[in-house]
Amino acid sequence: MPPSRRPLAGFQGAHERMGMIGHNTLIVLLGCAALGAASGVVGAFALLRGRALLADAIGHAALPGVVAASLIVAAFGGPARSLGPLLLGAALSAWLGLLALRALTASGRIRQDAAIGVVLSAFYALGTVGLSIAQAMPNAAQAGLSHFILGQAATLTEGDAMLAGGLALTCIGVVAVLFQPLRALCFDEAFARSQGLPVRWLDLVLLALLLAVCVAGLPAVGLLLVVALLIVPAAAARLVTQGLPAMLALAGALGAAAGAAGALVSTRFENIPTGAAVVLAGLVGFGAAVAWSRR
Amino acid sequence: MTAPFSVEGLNASYAGRPALTDVTWAASPGLTAILGPNGAGKSTLLKAALGLIPSDSGRALFFGGSLDQARSRVAYLPQRASVDWDFPASALDVVAMARLPRMRWWGSVPRAERDVAHEALDSVGLGEFADRQIGGLSGGQQQRVFLARALAQQADLFLMDEPLAAVDAVTEQTILAVLHGLVREGKTVLMVHHDLSLITAHFDHVLILAGHVVAAGQVAEAFTDASIAAAFGGLPGRA
Repeated sequence: MPPSRRPLAGFQGAHERMGMIGHNTLIVLLGCAALGAASGVVGAFALLRGRALLADAIGHAALPGVVAASLIVAAFGGPARSLGPLLLGAALSAWLGLLALRALTASGRIRQDAAIGVVLSAFYALGTVGLSIAQAMPNAAQAGLSHFILGQAATLTEGDAMLAGGLALTCIGVVAVLFQPLRALCFDEAFARSQGLPVRWLDLVLLALLLAVCVAGLPAVGLLLVVALLIVPAAAARLVTQGLPAMLALAGALGAAAGAAGALVSTRFENIPTGAAVVLAGLVGFGAAVAWSRR
Repeated sequence: MTAPFSVEGLNASYAGRPALTDVTWAASPGLTAILGPNGAGKSTLLKAALGLIPSDSGRALFFGGSLDQARSRVAYLPQRASVDWDFPASALDVVAMARLPRMRWWGSVPRAERDVAHEALDSVGLGEFADRQIGGLSGGQQQRVFLARALAQQADLFLMDEPLAAVDAVTEQTILAVLHGLVREGKTVLMVHHDLSLITAHFDHVLILAGHVVAAGQVAEAFTDASIAAAFGGLPGRA
């Protein structure tokens, strides 16, 4: 335990006996909230640009990378479960998935939805096979890898949560800096290009943000449901807001609330995967938005 | 004098089929209608010139130079149906997008740029609708928002893709009045257009296309029964 946390240790046990939140749990909660906020904000732009379903492809395409990274780390005798290399593997693998998607749709003969279906299932199948191979191996390389599928915030260390949360906050920062051009691109690409805005570069940044949020969300929310964290808060916010700043703020807040609520549920009831808890919490907000918009 | 806009030997394809064949033409200041039947390559000409779709060969010149050199002097008005009007934005938000190349990217739109956007909305008769959600505007009002955005670009050359398509009478009169104002200031307005009935009364020049240049020049000289018949297959008025 790092020295900085030692003074808290005595209190922590008391807190948890009293039903309050311990230090580690609090960090995990904050990490998941930051992740939810970033997902809401980035998801809003992805939704308006018609790219939201790419998150599904990214999530699934990350699995082979996670498995490969854990095998490589184990082969070099590294720590069995260190998040950094796993996320790096996830990002590389997801990027390969996006390249495959682009190659498939380039000719115009395979539509984007079909291509997403092919890439998503191909990478997921590959990852599942890799996972079963890793599980047959004698060392503990595969321990906890299955959490990447459904998500388990309770297994996150403080460092993991800070990594995911930091990545999420960086994404929010990038969106804040590029707010005006991203909005112009999402509303009217042709006009933005006629003005000389760097449309290809902006689209690449948006894709990178989507990738970063998805990858950061994998350990907590899981690859199956990370797409929901990007779509549900953004879709709910769009129903009940008029302007984009309001939509981004509400999507971020809803995402944060869903992330924190899901993490809280999952740390208290370890049988419930975090991904499912987060999505169900987000859907409560979505349902409220649907009801409010129809009033 | 250097033409504000010209194309030389432009060839462009659309969905694998040739849409423009060897188009060479130079625009003059004033109001020009780009006419032709559906599929004549009218919109394609504007999009290819602006680099929005690839051209197979040829080039477009803006004030004698490349588009990049003249970018701040060129305004573009896409077809209204090309965007999602449910987008979460107000009329002012949309018009202010015209000022993006002259703005910092983060934060809200600076006061001076908002003022330009407000003025542009005033000049198309939508001053009171600045804060209105664009989805709550009528089709004609949306078209005027697009015109206001082009005006807010404060350009010298305007490329407009069917700004008069399916608009109400008020909008048509407003848009024509605004365009005549631009022409009086010496600007060049090129407009893809369908309705042949307005040409003689309102336009200075025509470019008649049918995949290639059928006729071009002053309305009195180029807008003839023969050129219309050649472009529209003998059915004038049925654009």
